[in-house]
Amino acid sequence: MNVLGVAGSLRRDSHNRNLLRAAGALFPPGVQFAQYDRLKQVAPFDEDDELDTPLAVTHWRAAIDQADAVLFATPEYNASIPGQLKNAIDWASRPVKQTVLRNKPVAVIGASTGMFGAVWAQAELRKALATAGARVIDRELPVPTVAEAFDDRGALIDHDLALELESILLELLDSAGRRQAA
Amino acid sequence: MSVTDLAASSTGLPAGTWQLDPTHSSASFAVKHMVVATFRGRFEQFDATLTVGQDSAELVGSVDASSVVVKDENLQAHLGAPDFFDVERYPHITFRSDSIRRDGDELIVDGRLTIKDNNRPVEARGTIAGPAVTLGDVTKLGITLEAVVDRTEFGLNWNAPLPKGGFAVANEVKLTVELELIQS
Repeated sequence: MNVLGVAGSLRRDSHNRNLLRAAGALFPPGVQFAQYDRLKQVAPFDEDDELDTPLAVTHWRAAIDQADAVLFATPEYNASIPGQLKNAIDWASRPVKQTVLRNKPVAVIGASTGMFGAVWAQAELRKALATAGARVIDRELPVPTVAEAFDDRGALIDHDLALELESILLELLDSAGRRQAA
Repeated sequence: MSVTDLAASSTGLPAGTWQLDPTHSSASFAVKHMVVATFRGRFEQFDATLTVGQDSAELVGSVDASSVVVKDENLQAHLGAPDFFDVERYPHITFRSDSIRRDGDELIVDGRLTIKDNNRPVEARGTIAGPAVTLGDVTKLGITLEAVVDRTEFGLNWNAPLPKGGFAVANEVKLTVELELIQS
């Protein structure tokens, strides 16, 4: 089983990259988990460019297509989804009839330095992914005050949060497994 | 063409097995859109069989959920996605009657409708015409049925709030089938 991790912030030391790293350690054996590292290269969506799709967009779509499931970890910018992540979702959703997101099992988690754990961005990202046709796990994982959320090994300090994350990951794998079995 | 008498059944329906003429039949839905208007869609692929014995009758129907057709291809794709019919996981919509009552030209069918593994009772009302012997000595029966269901009881929960109140799509949906049935 291949799971693709996508962090919604681009900076190298992103908290949401760290959250994905913590998630990656919780997957059961047999799951290949890799983070997507070229989100920044995805050009702004422009319908005029669809006839000659930019290489970075082709790469992004292929990464989703080849994954059995996708785990998004998003920060929250102005109470919503980071622009570059939304832009990448918009590219992936096209063309509507053949989108690589159609029926793709996806889950959304998120972290913020504030008190709310990117909960609104997660809700909006789930909505956008579902509208694009993805099979969205109807769960959220708001990780607040993320600067203090991880221990020295990169694991979530809050035991309940770690259990909740593990439960979301299992639900994501179950959804992907059902699809493989069908 | 003439209306014809067939073997009597205590159900008031003409005895025999009646199968769908898909070309001359339809299965559609109508739902309030933007509070004020009515939006319609249809399914292209479906089947139905009416079986009438001496003392019983049964109407069975199946719809290929992926054959949903609306005027906008983006909406059509969305209707097939997990947000709506989730056709990958639930390819069929099915109906099986529990009872069929005929009163003259009126027909009342109680049965179970299954969408996305949600099995709920449904009452459908409509009309029946025939049987009639048509071209090529083919005997046909016409049935029209309507039922109103709450889509959220069947796992079709998507909606969008409107800026000044209300929702984009109503929960109540009217289902209509117009069946031309051939005696087999």
